[in-house]
Amino acid sequence: MAATDADPTARRTGRGSGGIRFDDVTVAYNGNVVLDSFTLDVAPGEVVALLGPSGSGKTTALRAVAGFVRPASGRVHVGGRDVTDLPPYKRGLGMVVQQYALFPHMRVEQNVAFGLKAQKIVAKSEIPARVAEALRMTGMAQYAKRYPRELSGGQQQRVAIARALAIQPSVLLLDEPLSALDAQLRSGMLAELARLHRELPDVSILYVTHDQIEALTLADRIAVMNEARLVEVGTARDLYKRPGTEFAAGFVGNSNLLPVTVAECVAHGDGSFRATVRIATESGATTGELVTATCTENAAAGETRTLCLRPHFLGLAAAEHHDNAFSGTVTEVQWRGSAHRIFADVHGHEVRLDTNELRNPPAIGDEVWLHFSAEDAVLIPASGTGSPSPDPVSAAEPAPANPASTEPAPAKPASTKPAPAKDAVPIPATATGSPSPDPVSAAEPALAETAPAEPAPAEDAAR
Amino acid sequence: MLLYTRRAQRIAWAVFAFFFLLLFALPFGVLVLAAFTKQWNGAFPSSYTFSNVTAAFHTDPLDGLETSLITALLSSLIALVLGTWAALALDAVRNRVGKTLIQTVFMLPIAVPSVVVGLALLVAFSQGPVLLNGTNTIVVMAHSILVTAYAFQQVSAAVTRLDPAYEQAAASLGARPYYTLLRVKLPLLLPALTGSLALCFALSMGELGATAMVYSANWTTLPLRIYALDDRGHQFVAAAVTAVMMTITLAVLLVVSRIRTRANYR
Repeated sequence: MAATDADPTARRTGRGSGGIRFDDVTVAYNGNVVLDSFTLDVAPGEVVALLGPSGSGKTTALRAVAGFVRPASGRVHVGGRDVTDLPPYKRGLGMVVQQYALFPHMRVEQNVAFGLKAQKIVAKSEIPARVAEALRMTGMAQYAKRYPRELSGGQQQRVAIARALAIQPSVLLLDEPLSALDAQLRSGMLAELARLHRELPDVSILYVTHDQIEALTLADRIAVMNEARLVEVGTARDLYKRPGTEFAAGFVGNSNLLPVTVAECVAHGDGSFRATVRIATESGATTGELVTATCTENAAAGETRTLCLRPHFLGLAAAEHHDNAFSGTVTEVQWRGSAHRIFADVHGHEVRLDTNELRNPPAIGDEVWLHFSAEDAVLIPASGTGSPSPDPVSAAEPAPANPASTEPAPAKPASTKPAPAKDAVPIPATATGSPSPDPVSAAEPALAETAPAEPAPAEDAAR
Repeated sequence: MLLYTRRAQRIAWAVFAFFFLLLFALPFGVLVLAAFTKQWNGAFPSSYTFSNVTAAFHTDPLDGLETSLITALLSSLIALVLGTWAALALDAVRNRVGKTLIQTVFMLPIAVPSVVVGLALLVAFSQGPVLLNGTNTIVVMAHSILVTAYAFQQVSAAVTRLDPAYEQAAASLGARPYYTLLRVKLPLLLPALTGSLALCFALSMGELGATAMVYSANWTTLPLRIYALDDRGHQFVAAAVTAVMMTITLAVLLVVSRIRTRANYR
């Protein structure tokens, strides 16, 4: 097909006219579809993370932009230009891959100058200045004369970024750029990448990662992918706070996904809804407590939904019943230094709770109440019809079909647990206080405003 | 360590030394010794002389050295270019049938005896439109055909090991394919290229089978002269010529191996 190559000025337009558009892109290898009808827009200057497990098609999507895979159907646009039929070297994109792929036979400065020399877009006399600028931006100026093998992983990474930036691309493709680094270097490079993007606000960045922290930290928007498909796309905050699918809820941040039956749903002030739901028990009996959660769309009574509860939004109470709480049996207690992670069995479902370190943690086998604010619990559509596919990420069990619990709001749950005493313990404020940094698990989001302020009040009572 | 006890290590060394002496040290040692021998009746030469070496340098065998050096240099360079080209093509060809075809064509000269290659050339170019019989060209052709197979094998293995990420990184930086080939791929392949050049040169220096079929009186390589000398009963002069050939070949190989590349340090 006659591509836009005919217009020589359209080539390598430089910064300022970025943006990527996937238009119904499908990629298949030998009939095996690895990217299925992928449609996504990345605005100029926007950072979009493609987040998903391995094999979800995220790298394929990036390689389709770079030109290393050819879509079976659909178009790829970069900077408003259809590049689907252009060879990679005519696309003028910066790309950084997991293993950096620095040319081992060239010094750092030669590596960085490579693109400029190859494209012959800059006068020879200008190249040293451009190289110096790219190395300065990545903090590698003093290593210009080194060979890649003389650099550490993090330094090689910076050189790879400098090399990609030297050609002043309008679009930067980053394919798991931090995954070869150790955890400490990774968080440093994350900050570095964020700073770079502030320095280059017009460059669009497509960032492929399987790490939710990287995605949440860097991306304006996150596109969650699974099994060759785009599952959900939204701003990082929206995806985290109000996930629309079980997969996104499980992959963006940790979550407990519990099958529930809607008892009642009423409109809330801010356009969302508040639903009263009952946790479906494993046996299908209607023994679960009634709790309140937020949902973005109206739900009919009797509908089966999934309740998404972030582990750090859950509070722990001892015997007393709480407003908006359900009871469970502690099955595991993990002390992680500054934090406690507690697993409880709630009507046959495993529920995880993360909290600041407890002075008197519960023992295995203890009956506890897990409480939360309706604001922090989100109701999302149940995946599938009653028997969702097992989700490797979420701690939740698949929702069993629950025909017995469809009756609306019974007066009192037929529970064997202690009777509810709603006024016994107040709900703790969850929106204030210090974050709970979790040094043990780097895989968890530590967002300041989402951390529990205090250990559960009942804890205090137990001390 | 494969063998842990000292005793086992000593035994292994002894076994190795025995085979090394038998297969390498003894033949070559005897050869060098024979180069300086006037008479050899018992276990060791009974008298020594420099006249064999002088003869090797003063009679026509040395013309054979020049012939061999030119032939080996030309054919190994031709082999390097063709073998590298074919290896890069093999990598680029996605079609399985095409891959097999290329591999078979370049394996063939190794698969058949070298005499067959010589005979084939002789038959092909003894008459008809292209007449090469009795020229030095046909000797260089025979050598090129034979050693290209080795160059192809070596370079092909290196191309396969080459991480495609380098090529893709170059392409993403806007480098056209030929620029990537010259500035990235070939420099990264340099160790394999010099290695196969050296191998081809050494193989060509020692080639006898195919050369025997196609050589002419004015283009007789050193191995042929050595064979003739031995045939006529001048074993010690043959040994001296061989020793000279060995020394020069080793010297060339040493020089080639000194072409160190930065890619070596990857």
